[in-house]
Amino acid sequence: MPKLITQVGCPYCGASCDDLEVLVSDDGKKILETRNACVIGSEIFHHATNPNRLKKPRLRQPDGSFKEIEYEEAIDYTAKALLNAKKPLIYGFGSTNCEGISAVGRVAEKAGAVLDNCASICHGPSFLAIFDNGYPSCTLGEVKNRADVIVFWGCNPMHAHPRHTSRYSIFPRGFFTSRGQMHRTVICVDPRETDTAKLADMHLMVKQGHDYDLFNAFRTVLRGHKIPEEVAGIERAKILEVAEKMRNGRFVMIFFGMGCTHTDGRNHNVDIAISLTRDLNDHTKASIMAMRGHYNIAGPGQVWSWQFGFPYCVDLSKGTHAHMNPGETSSIDLAMRDEIDCFVNVGTDAGAHFPIDAVKHLKKHPFITVDPNICMASEISDLHIPVRIVGVEEPGVVYRMDNVPIQFKKVIDGPESVPSDEELFDRIYVRICELTQTEPIWVHGKAPVPASTSRVK
Amino acid sequence: MATIRMKPVKTPDLFLECFCISPDVFAGKTPTEISRLEVREGKARNELGDFFDIAGSSGKTAEETDIFIDGDCSRVKYIGSKMTAGSVTVNGNADMYVGGWMKGGSIHVRGNVDSFCGLAMEGGEIQIDGNAQNYVGCAYRGDWRGMRGGTIRINGSAGNDIGTFMLGGTIIIEKDAFIHISTHAEGGTVVIKGDVQSRVGGQMVKGDIYVFGTIEHMLPGFKEIGTVDKNILGQSMKFRHFIGDLGERHPKKKGREIYGNLYLRAS
Ligand code: SF4
Repeated sequence: MPKLITQVGCPYCGASCDDLEVLVSDDGKKILETRNACVIGSEIFHHATNPNRLKKPRLRQPDGSFKEIEYEEAIDYTAKALLNAKKPLIYGFGSTNCEGISAVGRVAEKAGAVLDNCASICHGPSFLAIFDNGYPSCTLGEVKNRADVIVFWGCNPMHAHPRHTSRYSIFPRGFFTSRGQMHRTVICVDPRETDTAKLADMHLMVKQGHDYDLFNAFRTVLRGHKIPEEVAGIERAKILEVAEKMRNGRFVMIFFGMGCTHTDGRNHNVDIAISLTRDLNDHTKASIMAMRGHYNIAGPGQVWSWQFGFPYCVDLSKGTHAHMNPGETSSIDLAMRDEIDCFVNVGTDAGAHFPIDAVKHLKKHPFITVDPNICMASEISDLHIPVRIVGVEEPGVVYRMDNVPIQFKKVIDGPESVPSDEELFDRIYVRICELTQTEPIWVHGKAPVPASTSRVK
Repeated sequence: MATIRMKPVKTPDLFLECFCISPDVFAGKTPTEISRLEVREGKARNELGDFFDIAGSSGKTAEETDIFIDGDCSRVKYIGSKMTAGSVTVNGNADMYVGGWMKGGSIHVRGNVDSFCGLAMEGGEIQIDGNAQNYVGCAYRGDWRGMRGGTIRINGSAGNDIGTFMLGGTIIIEKDAFIHISTHAEGGTVVIKGDVQSRVGGQMVKGDIYVFGTIEHMLPGFKEIGTVDKNILGQSMKFRHFIGDLGERHPKKKGREIYGNLYLRAS
């Protein structure tokens, strides 16, 4: 009898839905059906049982071809590459669990690497704004139950987070929002007429790159000052109308995306959005949230903040302290300036996402990809190490976009002998300890040795 | 005054982190001792002498020590960072953090500098003959106390984020700047002699900005209140006077709100 597994988490977008149901075959090896997931979420489950899945690491040969090698050899290669480099960069973590992310933290500290995650090219500017200006945020549960004015600024959940609107932001009927969509006013700020804009009650077609000006106009209006006839391509009357809507809302929720973080000004766009949220709290209740992209991209920020004190761009090369200064220690800047001499791409596709010049610089040195799938980065790598797929073949903790931790399940067994990210990096860690003749303070599957006793010899 | 002369002899593979190139560190040391100071290239530990020929002599104190680097330092970070007195001259370009957290003395770079020049500076003088990248006289990430004193003069142009969270001191850009001038500032003066694209004084609480050229896009939070004659950097000029950022909080003095001032040269 096929088995129905309920309350399954979806390892795809930042909405991190945890209400999926997956029907698996008797032997627990095949996924027959997924329920409740959106199209992209469903695809990730079916992708796992693709017969062409890689089961062994592949090492680039002198003639340019790939040769399958054993995991031991791949682990040794990675450990040595990290040790031989002066400033290795370990980047990615769009698609892995917190267990894997913390294992990588131990490797990076031991190897003196720079540790960075996809936020660097995504919501990194939001972190900078949060450092500078705080983060008056809430959970998606509060949004569902309370928010009656929803602002989508520079984000398009209808495409990027398909179930966000039905689970949290527009359609669901919550405790104080019992009439669902009827209860909510949806405002979309986007230079394009996206599908989210089409769904919204009001669409402000802001002039590309002028989000900061428009935020500034809202703040100025809310403080009772006059603004010019037109700001950022929007008429004054319209700005006043939307400002009034927000002021009169019972709970205003601002969601923002790449339209804020990756246009001119970047962190400042988010920074002033946070200031606007704070201003609105003089009149009503307001909150703000970053539309994080991947199901656990909030994870590295949480785990590394706990391990090192910084969520991303953590330079551990000094050995004595962590240093963080995006603009210097951020992946793209490091790569563009040719400041990296070994690159490990984990659970993401730097080959597809990085500027071509950055990739060209990185390609001069050892280039390693750790990912279950074949992607652009894996195909240009010197070494590609496949791992199990988190959320499908490997359970673990993930942080949703509102920084709520969720325990994800595994639904099928992974290919035999293929390790999880955590196992792989724990083995790399142990290999680095062997090579440097140091005592490991962490061995996979064993309780960690307390620091006080490990120091006594 | 005693001078230490340094000549770059080797270009690092990556970038060199030289926290030690400062009169405070060099003072009282012989060239041999100085050449043994640690510099970092990522995790690789090297000596300053591996990359520079070092000659001359240092003074007893930082105040009596001048450093002259005769050559290109495009791949050298932290020149003159945290210095309190004395001088550093670079006959070429320098990389990031020139004069970062500087408290006194003077720095003169005859070429260009990269980002974070004069980061969280408290005093002293920085003179850059070429251009600067982003974050001139800016605060460190997450710090609401930016530049507090001193003067930075960039003879060329600069990028974005000039004087973010500035509390005091003066920044002069002789040519153009890109975006975000004195964002979140609560004091200090920024003078841009060329043009600025936009976002001048956003979220500004207090402080002064002078723009001699044009501002392509004015923020809606700034209101024109008249024209004034001002003498700035020895030049007398007529300026249009704006106050703002009206969208931001402002302190009150004798019952009246204090705003940031933006002076735009009247044409
Ligand atoms: S909305 Fe996102 S998390 Fe939810 S099922 Fe779709 S892809 Fe998965």
